[in-house]
Order: sequence, then C-alpha cells, then structure tokens
Amino acid sequence: MSPPPSDNAAGVITAKDEFGTAISAGSFDTELAKAGANVKSRWGMGLFLARRYPLGCVGLAIVLTFIFVALLAPYITAHDPLSTNPSISLAKPSAVYPMGTDFMGRDLFSRVVYGARTSLAVAFGATILGVFFGVLIGLASGYLGGWVDLTTQRVIDMLQALPTLILAMAMAAALGPSLMNTIIAIAIPKLPSIARVIRASTLSLREMPFVEAARAMGMSEMRIALRHILPNTLAPLIVLATAGLGSAILVEASLSFLGLGVPEPHPSWGRMLSESAAEYVRTAPWLVIFPGLAITCAVFGTNLLGDALRDLLDPRQRTSN
Amino acid sequence: MGAYLIRRTLLFFVTVLGVSIIIFSLMRVVPGNIADILFESSGYIDQVQKAKIEAELGLDKPLVQQYFGWIGGLVKGDFGFSYMSERPAISEILPRLPVTLKLGALTLFFTIAFGIPLGVWSAVKQNGLVDNTLRVITLSALSLPSFWCGLLVLMFSVHVFGMIPIYSNEPRGLWHELALLSIPALVVGFRSSALIVRLTRSSMLEVLRQDYIRTARAKGASEKTINYHHALKNAVLPIITLLGIEASHLLGGLVVIETVFNIPGLGRYLVEAIRWRDYPIVQNLVLFSAFAVVITNFIVDMLYAVIDPRIKYSD
Repeated sequence: MSPPPSDNAAGVITAKDEFGTAISAGSFDTELAKAGANVKSRWGMGLFLARRYPLGCVGLAIVLTFIFVALLAPYITAHDPLSTNPSISLAKPSAVYPMGTDFMGRDLFSRVVYGARTSLAVAFGATILGVFFGVLIGLASGYLGGWVDLTTQRVIDMLQALPTLILAMAMAAALGPSLMNTIIAIAIPKLPSIARVIRASTLSLREMPFVEAARAMGMSEMRIALRHILPNTLAPLIVLATAGLGSAILVEASLSFLGLGVPEPHPSWGRMLSESAAEYVRTAPWLVIFPGLAITCAVFGTNLLGDALRDLLDPRQRTSN
Repeated sequence: MGAYLIRRTLLFFVTVLGVSIIIFSLMRVVPGNIADILFESSGYIDQVQKAKIEAELGLDKPLVQQYFGWIGGLVKGDFGFSYMSERPAISEILPRLPVTLKLGALTLFFTIAFGIPLGVWSAVKQNGLVDNTLRVITLSALSLPSFWCGLLVLMFSVHVFGMIPIYSNEPRGLWHELALLSIPALVVGFRSSALIVRLTRSSMLEVLRQDYIRTARAKGASEKTINYHHALKNAVLPIITLLGIEASHLLGGLVVIETVFNIPGLGRYLVEAIRWRDYPIVQNLVLFSAFAVVITNFIVDMLYAVIDPRIKYSD
C-alpha cells in the first residue's frame, strides 16, 4: 500500500525537509574541501563558512546576543522587572528608564530583558521536548513498521488536522497556566512534522547496506536504530530544530498575547503586548514597540540561522547556484 | 480511483473522529468547568447550587456519555447549547461565520496576488537586487508576529490619520466591509505571501534549469510566455500544496488578528469560549477547523490530478 501524496506532501515544511539522502560527516568535509575550504584547521573552516553564509552569521550573532542577554539579565538591568511604582506609571523612555515604564510603573527595559529568559526557556524547552519525542516516535514508526507505524501515522494525521495555534491554545487551556505547561503545549504541535521527517529518513536508511551489515554482525535492533540510523538523520533534524525555535517563540508570544501563555510573574513579551495594547497604541506607543521589536529580532535571528543551516546541510536546497 | 476514494473517505472519518476524541478529552482535563469559573469569579462557592448548574448542563454525567451525547447530537444536526449565552451553539456560530470567511478569502486573495508574481520575479532575477531585497523582506515578514504587525498598523493610523480603522458592526454595504477587512487581511496575508514568495522562487528556479525552457527560448518565445506559460505551470504543484496548508490553517492566524482588530468572527469567539470553558462552542469550533483542514487536503490532492495528468490515483 503506497501512501497517498498528501501523506508525503503533508506540509511544505515537511515536504521540503524530507531529505531522502543522509549526509555523513565524511562526505560533508570532502564537499567543503572541494568548495575551497581549509578543512584541516577549525578556524579556516569557520572563516570559509562565515564568508559563504554572511546572513547566517548575522543570525547566529543575534541568537547568541539574545542568549547572553537572557543569561546576564541581572547584570544588564538596573531595576527589578517586577517591582511596581505607581508614581512613575506610564513614564516616557528616558535615561533612567530607557524603554519607559508600564501602567504599574515597572521598568520596561528590565521586563524586555527578563522576557528573553522566558521566551528562550519556552523556545528551547519546547524544541528539545518536541525533538526528543518526535525522534522517538519517528524512529519507532519507521524502523518497526507494521501496526506501530500504522497507528502512529493515524494519530499524527489527527494532530496535523489542527492548526498549530489552535492545538496549542487547546493544550494550554487544558493544562492550565504555568511555564512548564506552556512548553508542553507548544511542543505537542511540533511532534508531527519531526516524527514525519525522521520516519521518512528512517525508511530509506533501513534498506541501506550498512544496516544490513550491522544486523549480520549480530547487533540488537535497538542498537542499530540508535547508533546507526539515528546519527544519519541528524542533518534534517538540526535544520528542523532551528526553524522550530523561531516558530516556538512566535507561538509563545501569540499564546501569551491571547492570555493563554506563560503566567505572572514571568515577564513575557507576548503578554506585555496584550495588556490593553489597543489603548496604549494611542497613549504609550513605547509599550507596544519594544516588546514586539524583541520578538521580531529574536525570530529573525533564528530564521537567518535556520536558512543558512538548511543551505549547508541539505545540498538539494542550496540557493547559491 | 474508486478504491482510492473509499480509502480516503475512511481515513477522513478516522481522522475527524480521532480529533473529536482528542479535543473532548483535552477540554475535560482542564481543572474546573464553567460552574467553577462562575463561582470563582463571584468569590463564594455554594456546593448545592454548583451541583444544580452542573446537572443542568449535563456535566455530572459520565464522560463517555457526555462524549456520545455530543457526537450523537452532531449527527442529528444538534450542536448543543452555549454555556455563556444559553443559546443554541449553532445560532452563536453561524452569524460569526461570514465575517471570518470573508476575512479568510481576502487573506488568501492577497497571499496569491502578491506571493506568486513576486516569487516568479525573484526567481527570474536570481541573486539580483530584486531577489535580495525580496529575500530580506520575506524573512522579516516571517519573523513578524502578526498581532504586533496589526498593532503597528493601528498605531500608524492613529498617529497619522488620527483614527483607528476598526471593524464596525454596521458596515455601509459590502465594499465598505471588504475595505475594512482588507487591512487585517493584508496583515495576515503579509506572512503567508512571504511563504509563497519563497516557495515559488525555489520551485521556479528548479524548473527554469530544465531543457524544455531552453527549447522554448530557442524557438523564440517571449520571456513572459516562458516564465508564466512554460515554467510556472510546471512549478505550481508545491505552491498549491502550501496554499492548501495555509488555507486550512488560516483559522489559527485569524484568531489573533480578530482579537487585535476587534472583529466579531469565529477566531475571537474561540478565544473567549476557551477562557469560559464553554465546551460545546470550543468542541464544535475546533472540530470544524479540523474538518476544514481534512477537506482542503482532499481538494488539493484532487487538484493535483487535474493540473498534472502524470498523477493518477489508481490505488
């Protein structure tokens, strides 16, 4: 029984990411060397990549900046993001409060900086969770086949029949508001696409001679799946995970904007925008501009990085001629 | 073809039933039902009265019975009662449907009208100024949260025109309504057309390298004929797949934008219903959106066979 086209072309995201071919580390190095990189020294290689993917480097720099800001938040900010001070409610941006203050007199700059912690925690948490279980499901589905495959594919169909945000909204409402629950609610809609990609690569890898060789040597099925198949699915996985980071940040912001995301006291960019934003559009535009700018920059960085990684790891998508 | 259609129909029912079970259980996992929320907001809990409300709404029955009550009702065309308004769910949902449909149709229109021509242009001028500019614009469009983009548009119009172009309940005729809706539709369409531009570009680039494009050029066909008649026709399949996905997942994007622009459509209603644990509304709306996704997928697959005679569904 061959699956209908929609199964394979279930999303452009999946369709584009279904790399039948796996790239092993060896062939990757040789290909880079062919392109003129100095593979011998790590710096030479880094320089080559930087020259070849300037936009990707900008993306990497943006992502690293956000990570550092999140880690060093207490050293960057002068005010506590949670302490309220009604006397300076809705103050305009000034030297003391570079991004102004909100309705409760909280320093917006501190809130945006600490918001990076929340946002990145959710994004990395959801991506790691989604990748872990997605890989597990995809490997089991592709490697074991049979009824395991059939059942998981049907469940994945069901999950994919719901728009990402709507599934995340329902999950978030069902689990109740907390940081961990938001992470789970964002991770679940990620499962289908990751599981599908891993399943597709597993299906083609399963027939490879090296798997047969491993089996002939008497390796256990578990070991073959984890040690021989899994490492070969790494390239598409990295690309998917990076693209997933950006979308996780966006979904978290949307959930929080709708009041279904990370609860107080964690400062969240999305929630900052929801707090009667329609009114602040008139009276306090800085409350609308800065949190949104933070979301956009963070997602832009991961998108640039993801694009470059896709280019690098998937030769079939290479854009430069 | 017949066997294929039967298999597809079976799969359709399995998927929709599965979604109904998922969403039903999700809503029941939530700690607290509408009775709890009502009492929480009023600050006191009277167990007798709470039990009475629960019995009235059928929330005291076993879950399995509640589930089959819902599905059985759907089969008979009974969508249940909204807890919030105590009116039939269908009479809450139907009046909100046209606004959301118009908004969705406009969004799709903008997505196609901007996405495909710009994608073709970008591919034809590969690595040129247009291509690079479009690459940056599309990447930033994909990074913009649509609700923020919407807020920026509101802010811009407040500070420049001194007014907010918010949807009004009594638009003066269809054109006025479409004009009001076209602003949020452009905001959502900005993102999806960016996706279409990128995909059209890469799909076109693949086709433009083919031999038959060179043949067409050699026989003296104009650039326009080559790009749109020979190339785009062959590059269109993946674009249709993506359009199908974007169309079926549109409700997700509309939820947010309807909230920002205060549009009384299904998306904003869903957010409210989730907040109030209005099970009949949430269940039916989510199932409705799953329905839309599955049916769109089916239409897209059928379109494949129509557009590309090489694709046949024999089994």
